[in-house]
Amino acid sequence: MNSIILRTGTRALIPVFLFVALMTLWRGHNDPGGGFIGGLLAAICVALIEKAFGVAQARRWLILPPMMIAGIGLSCAILSGLWGALANGWFLSSVWPLYANVDGKWEGLAAGSILLFDSGVFLVVVGVVSAILFALEEAGVPESRKDEP
Amino acid sequence: METIVAVLAGLLVAGGAYLMLSGNLVRYILGLTILSNAANLVIFAAGRMAKAAPALTAYGADAPAAGVANPVPQALILTAIVIGFGLFCFALTLAYRAFYAMGTARMDAMRIAEPREDRG
Amino acid sequence: MILVWPFLIPLISAALMVLLRSRENVQRWGSVAAAVALLIASLALLVRVLSEGPVAVQVGGWPAPFGITLVADLLSAAMVFITGIVAVAVAIYGLEEIDRRESWHGHHALVQALLAGVCGAFLTGDIFNLYVWFEIMLIASFGLLVVNGTRKSADGAVKYVGLNLIATFAFLSGVGLLYGVTGTLNMADLSQRLEGRQEEVAVLVSAMLLMFAFGAKAAMFPVFNWLPASYHTPSVTTSALFSALLTKVGVYALIRTFTLIYDLDVPLVRGTLLWGSVATMVVGVLGAAAQNHFRRILGFHIISQIGYMVLGLALATPAALLGAIFYLFHHIIVKANLFLIAGAARKLTGSEDLPKIGGLYAATPLLAVLFLIPALSLAGIPPLSGFWAKFLIVSASLDMQSWFIAFVALAVGLLTLYSMSKIWLEVFWKPHPDGDQAIEGTLPVAMLVPIVGLGIMTVTIGLAAGLFVDAAMVAAEQILSPHAYIDAVLGARQ
Repeated sequence: MNSIILRTGTRALIPVFLFVALMTLWRGHNDPGGGFIGGLLAAICVALIEKAFGVAQARRWLILPPMMIAGIGLSCAILSGLWGALANGWFLSSVWPLYANVDGKWEGLAAGSILLFDSGVFLVVVGVVSAILFALEEAGVPESRKDEP
Repeated sequence: METIVAVLAGLLVAGGAYLMLSGNLVRYILGLTILSNAANLVIFAAGRMAKAAPALTAYGADAPAAGVANPVPQALILTAIVIGFGLFCFALTLAYRAFYAMGTARMDAMRIAEPREDRG
Repeated sequence: MILVWPFLIPLISAALMVLLRSRENVQRWGSVAAAVALLIASLALLVRVLSEGPVAVQVGGWPAPFGITLVADLLSAAMVFITGIVAVAVAIYGLEEIDRRESWHGHHALVQALLAGVCGAFLTGDIFNLYVWFEIMLIASFGLLVVNGTRKSADGAVKYVGLNLIATFAFLSGVGLLYGVTGTLNMADLSQRLEGRQEEVAVLVSAMLLMFAFGAKAAMFPVFNWLPASYHTPSVTTSALFSALLTKVGVYALIRTFTLIYDLDVPLVRGTLLWGSVATMVVGVLGAAAQNHFRRILGFHIISQIGYMVLGLALATPAALLGAIFYLFHHIIVKANLFLIAGAARKLTGSEDLPKIGGLYAATPLLAVLFLIPALSLAGIPPLSGFWAKFLIVSASLDMQSWFIAFVALAVGLLTLYSMSKIWLEVFWKPHPDGDQAIEGTLPVAMLVPIVGLGIMTVTIGLAAGLFVDAAMVAAEQILSPHAYIDAVLGARQ
C-alpha cells in the first residue's frame, strides 16, 4: 500500500502506540491492563508499519525475527516461574525483590517476577502476531488464480 | 438477565452452525468464531451476573470490598478469548494456505488427503 | 517441583529451540536430550507415586480449591512415564527423518510444546487448566501437521483443525456449566460437591458436552472423522507421536472425569459411553478393512482400539477399568511402533500405497519380524501385550454377562487380524511390483533403534503381564476410590 497519509500518520502514531502499550503492560498487575493487551497494542505498531512501508521494513523495525521474539518471551515467562520456585519453593509464585512491607506500609518499586512474566507474555504476543501477519502478507496468490483479476 | 444471555448464546450457536454448514472454508471459520463467543457467553451466564463493582483490591487491602462481581468467570472468559484468538489466527492462516495450495475454499473439493477410490 | 518438571522440561526446550532455530544439529540432538530428561523426570515421579501414593502441589502457593492444583496418582504418573518413552523413541527416529526445512520451520520446538501440553493435561487437577493444556497440545499439533508444507498436509490440517475446534468449544461450554452448578473448577472439589446431584439437568448437560469434547479428542464414534483425514499426512515422526499420545489424552480425560467428577451409574451417561464405544470399535475396524494406504489403515485401527479402552471405562467394573488402563499403556507403545515401521517401509520401498510396494520380507526379514510383533499384539495374539489387554476387557464383559459386547470385542479382534495380515501380505510377502531391485539401501540405525526398543517393550509387557496387571490394578483402585486423590489435593498445602 502506497499512501502518504498512512505513512505520515504511522510515523506520528508509533511512539503513541508504543507508549500506551508499555504503560498498559506496567499497570497491569493491579489495574486493568497486562502483557496480553499491551502486546496486542504493540503488535498494532508492527501491523501499521507493515501496511505503510511493507514487510521488509517491518522486519527491520523488529530487529529480531518474530519467532525469536516469541522465544525470548517464552523464556522470560519460564524464568519467572523458576525464580518463584527458587525463592519460595512453589513454581510460579510471586517474588518482589524491590518491594517490601516496612512498618505496615508498602514501599519500593512494584516490579518482580510477575512483571517478568507479563513482559514474557507481551513479547510472545508481539512475536506470534507479527509472525502470522508476515506469513499472511508473504504467502502471495494461489497459482491457479494468478491470471484472474 | 441470565435468560437473555442464554438465549443470545443459543442464537449465536444457531448462527455459527448455519455458517459452518455452508461448505465454504472461510464461512466455516467465521462460524467457529461465533461458536466460541457463544461458549464464552455460556460461561458468563453460568457464573451469575450482577450489577456489581469490578473485583479490584484497594491499595493496601488484602481482599476486595463486599459486593464485587465474581472474577472467576471473567478470568475464564479472558483465558478462553486469548486461546481463541490464537486458534483463529492459526485457522485463518491455515485456510489461506489451504486455499493457496488447492485453489479452492470449497470443503467438498478438498480431497487431496483423502482421494476418492477409483472404482473398477 | 517433582510435579512441575515433566511439563517444564519440554517447555524450556521448546523456548530454547525457538531461540536456536538456525542451529539444526543443536535442535536434533537437543530434542533427544530433552526427551531423555523428560523420561528421567517422569521416572522420578512414577517412583515417588508408587512409594507414597498420590502427590499434589499448589501452583504459586495458592491453596486448593482456589489455586490450580497439580496432582499425580498412579494413572497420571504412568501416563507421563509412557509419554517420556514415546518422546525418546520419536526423537531418535526424528534424527533420521526430519529434514533441515522442517527443523527450520520449528518441528522440534513444536514437538516439545506438544509434550508439555500432554504432560500438563495428565498432571493437572483443575478442569479449566485441563482445557488450557488441551489447547497447548492442540496448537502445537496444528503446527506439526503443516510444518512439512505439502498440499496433502494442508488438506489434512484443515479437517483436523476444523473438527477439533468444535470439540474445544463444547469443552469450554461444559466447563462453564459445571462451574455455574458447583462454583468450583478443582476436580477433587467438584467430585465432592456433585455428590447426590448427578441427575440434575445442568450436570447431565455438562457431562454430555464434556463427553462429546473428550470423545472427539479420543476419536470416538461419531466424531472420529478428523483422525483418518489427517494422521497419514505429516511426517512419520509426527504421525507416530500423534497416534501414541493425542487420542490417549482424550481417553485419559474421559477416564478421569467420568470416574472422579461424574457418576457412571447414571443410565444416560453410561449408555451413551457404552454404545458409543461399541460403535467406535466396529466402525474403526471396518474403515481399516477398506483402506489401501499403510498409515491410513493404522489410523482407522486407532479408532477401533480407542473403542476397547472406552468400553473398559463404560463397563465400570474394577476388572474392566483395569483392562482399560492396561490397554491404554499397551496401545501407546504398539501404535507408535507400527507407525514407525510404516515409515521404515516407506523409506525402503518409496511408497505407502499397498498395491505399489512389496517384497520387504525378502529384503529385510528383520523388519518383517519387527512388524509382526506389534501387529500380532494389536490383533491380540498371545503371549503379546495386546492379548492380555483384550483378554481383560472381554472377560470383564463376560463377567457382566454382556454377551453381545463380548462377541463384538472378539469379532473386532479377528477383523484387526485381517487388516494386519493384509499389510503383511501386501508389504512384506508379495514381491515388489517393480521387481526386487526396487528396494534400495538399508535401514538407518536411528530408525531401527526405536522400533527394536518398542518391540522389546511389547514382548516384555506380554511376558511379564502379571507385573503390569498388578500396577494397573493399583491405578484402577485409586481411580475407583479416589479418597487418596481428593485428600492429596484438598489437604495439600505442601
